[in-house]
Amino acid sequence: MITQMLLRNHDKKVLWFALAILAAAVLVPLSNLLLPAGNPLHVPDHMVPLLGKYLSYALLALALDLVWGYCGILSLGHGAFFALGGYAMGMYLMRQIGPRGVYANPLLPDFMVFLNWQELPWYWYGFDQFWFAALMVLFVPGLLAFVFGWFAFRSRVTGVYLSIITQAMTYALLLAFFRNEMGFGGNNGLTDFKDILGFNIQAGGTRATLFAATAIMLALALLLSSAIVKSKYGKVLVGVRDAESRTRFLGYRVENMKLFIFTVSAMMAGVAGALYVPQVGIINPGEFAPANSIEVVIWTAVGGRGTLIGPIIGAVLVNFGKSIFTAAFPEFWLFALGALFVATTLFLPKGIVGTLQQFAKARDERKVAAAKEHAYQEQAAKSAGEDGLASAHTQAAE
Amino acid sequence: MYRTIQIFLVALCLIISAFATGARAQEDIRPLVDALGQGGFPQKIEAVGALAASGDPKVAEILGLLSDGKLFAPKTGGAVFLETDSGYADVLTGAPVTDVPGNLQKIRLNNGLRGAISAAMSQLTLLSPDRGARFAAAQDLLKEANPENLDLLNSALAKEQDAEIKATMEAARAVILLKTDASFEDKEAAIATIAARGNRDAVNILNAAFSSAPADLQPAIQAHIDGINQKLAIWDVVQNIWYGLSLGSVLLLAAIGLAITFGVMGVINMAHGEMVMLGAYTTYVVQQTINSAAPELANFSLAFAVPAAFLVTGLIGIGIERGIIRWLYGRPLETLLATWGLSLILQQTIRTIFGPTNRQVDNPSWMSGAFDFGGMSITWNRMWIIVFSIAVFFALLLLLKRSKFGLQMRAVTQNRRMASSMGIRTPWVDAFTFGLGSGIAGMAGVALSQIDNVSPNLGQNYIIDSFMVVVFGGVGNLWGTLVGAMTLGIANKFLEPYAGAVLGKILILVLIILFIQRRPRGLFALKGRAVE
Repeated sequence: MITQMLLRNHDKKVLWFALAILAAAVLVPLSNLLLPAGNPLHVPDHMVPLLGKYLSYALLALALDLVWGYCGILSLGHGAFFALGGYAMGMYLMRQIGPRGVYANPLLPDFMVFLNWQELPWYWYGFDQFWFAALMVLFVPGLLAFVFGWFAFRSRVTGVYLSIITQAMTYALLLAFFRNEMGFGGNNGLTDFKDILGFNIQAGGTRATLFAATAIMLALALLLSSAIVKSKYGKVLVGVRDAESRTRFLGYRVENMKLFIFTVSAMMAGVAGALYVPQVGIINPGEFAPANSIEVVIWTAVGGRGTLIGPIIGAVLVNFGKSIFTAAFPEFWLFALGALFVATTLFLPKGIVGTLQQFAKARDERKVAAAKEHAYQEQAAKSAGEDGLASAHTQAAE
Repeated sequence: MYRTIQIFLVALCLIISAFATGARAQEDIRPLVDALGQGGFPQKIEAVGALAASGDPKVAEILGLLSDGKLFAPKTGGAVFLETDSGYADVLTGAPVTDVPGNLQKIRLNNGLRGAISAAMSQLTLLSPDRGARFAAAQDLLKEANPENLDLLNSALAKEQDAEIKATMEAARAVILLKTDASFEDKEAAIATIAARGNRDAVNILNAAFSSAPADLQPAIQAHIDGINQKLAIWDVVQNIWYGLSLGSVLLLAAIGLAITFGVMGVINMAHGEMVMLGAYTTYVVQQTINSAAPELANFSLAFAVPAAFLVTGLIGIGIERGIIRWLYGRPLETLLATWGLSLILQQTIRTIFGPTNRQVDNPSWMSGAFDFGGMSITWNRMWIIVFSIAVFFALLLLLKRSKFGLQMRAVTQNRRMASSMGIRTPWVDAFTFGLGSGIAGMAGVALSQIDNVSPNLGQNYIIDSFMVVVFGGVGNLWGTLVGAMTLGIANKFLEPYAGAVLGKILILVLIILFIQRRPRGLFALKGRAVE
């Protein structure tokens, strides 16, 4: 049923794009593992986790697009869901280290031994099981989004106010996770991971597999999002975005609709975080920084919000640019990023994909108009001929 | 004037009497001075005591020379000489001496002797004509409370005129009395004297005295301790409120500009924190300029920095409004993003120009230091910042309620289209409002430069708190911002001792998120049509 939902009734473009991502999921690992290093098509080892990182960012941007592009909720706290998913995965990876840590404690992660803790805090139980961690990756961000959204949407906090308090939410989490007493490694976060599901996390094969997993997840999330926005519910969601009061007056439960999409989006962001952590090898409270969450917004804006494909393109482009920029002129990156924010909002409000769509639409309209014009002229010529004929007839009749 | 003459006369009398008695006194203490060079350390300590007891005005100088290691005596004992650059001199007269014994050596000190010297010095300074020296000596006595000093203290008390020093001496006397076997009534009076000081030191002294006090005195001591503790607890609350007001006034300065622009234009200026930062850097530049161009004005550089910061940030604000925000009307979320981008650019610009490290902005003399008020100490800079922020607040209130621009601004806040129909040039109102909000942020930067590090990240530390103030207080009413800022400031300071600074902040954020449930548009929300 899910497959049916995932496959029916999509934009052709979205389908093609999902197929392209799936192709990348196959081709990049293959080229990395099978082609010799000298081959021009070979993807070097360091590129694989980098590309994987971009794709997990893309998944995060896609999640944000669902709430911002289709429901008009500008969340400045999506980084928090991403980081929570990341922490859940990080906790699993920490438990996998086992006695191989510096202090060789079979149960406690190194930082707890360092803090002189005697036993594992209760919320670390179960994270030695992958299935449990995977569940938590979805559950924790989802629960936070549900509770937060329930409070916020029920009392009709909207617009800038909502943006500000989502920012406050991630800021509060940032402060909380910096505390050593929280039991999440404080300032340093979780790192020094050894293996995932029994495979060495540094090995080329594992990295290629992780990349493939990220790409497949992204493609699935894209299809799921597309299914949501194409459904009747998705149409109402756009109604909420464009005219909230009117939608409410039509009898829709606006707060429930917002709550659903917000929670789904948060879970998606959590998955993105969980895929990000093993490829980057660290998760720390810095991920909760409000600046990170705002950066996600700019990826989405650059690519084009409300297009699903756009945020993916935007996230990859901007982060690729960031990688190049920070290597070449580190001091100018903030100038470039700042200018990107200003320029995008001023000159490219629909983003790359949105603007292209606009052009395409205008071209189509011109085509249609031209066709109509053509048809009309033909019609006119024809009728004029008939008229001529008719008048000739009448004249003849007279 | 009268006082100057008085001091002059007193000084004159002292000099004359010193000359008259000098010669005689010198000869009186000569054996005592010579005793410094004889025997072991115990004898020397005795000699220091005897010297101090003589009350001769030269004693302090001699003891100072002794502790500096300038005094020499023969190994076998005998007359003491003073070492000078050219040779040796008489200790009392200072006249050069040529025929010194050959086996002279420096009079050595040990810790016991040093202690004796400093005790003797404090006795002497207790009678010194200099007020500061006397006060310090009295405080030393209060700390040490050596029963041997009782007589000295009594004589000093009899002569003392200054009330504050007298109180300190009386307290010291009381502490000493508690240690001696004085009568019950005397001790009771002493306890009352100590308790009257009413600070933590008094509690410590009383606690120390409690265990050694006779049983019939203990209930009185306990009652006094409880009384002081209760008073201190009240002062603690007052102090917390004060700290809260101080934090609140900073938040008020930072948030009020934000509230104005949000209220009038409905846009959130994410670069607001950077305006604060620019204001702080303006203060730095102004101070540097004045220090190099007109050092005599250095103490008043803030008076130049405030208008300078207002103008600089205000003009930048108008520039931002005309250049960026104007094009984004009706799209508040996009404005938020654009101004965020701008904040990144401004931060990086400042980092490129001034470097990433903190810049030193000096406090003028009238803003440094502290004064005591009741049971708490108030620093002048916090005090002036509160005064400044309240002044800014009321000036702004006046501007909004009494000026033509204020009237127009309020009209635009309440109903933009109607105001426009009435002939108000809303674009200009927007531009100047934004300039005004940014200018106030710049002035906040001047204030913050006095209490915080001036670094490119300065604004980031306050921006989220400022948002919280605006969200909490609501927009369109300055009083909301005032109440919001002060409430958050005080709440922060009251939560800190119980929950820690970080957890306190988290709690506040959570409380605000919950508060928004009840009042989605803040404490002082606009009502009616203006809301939509």
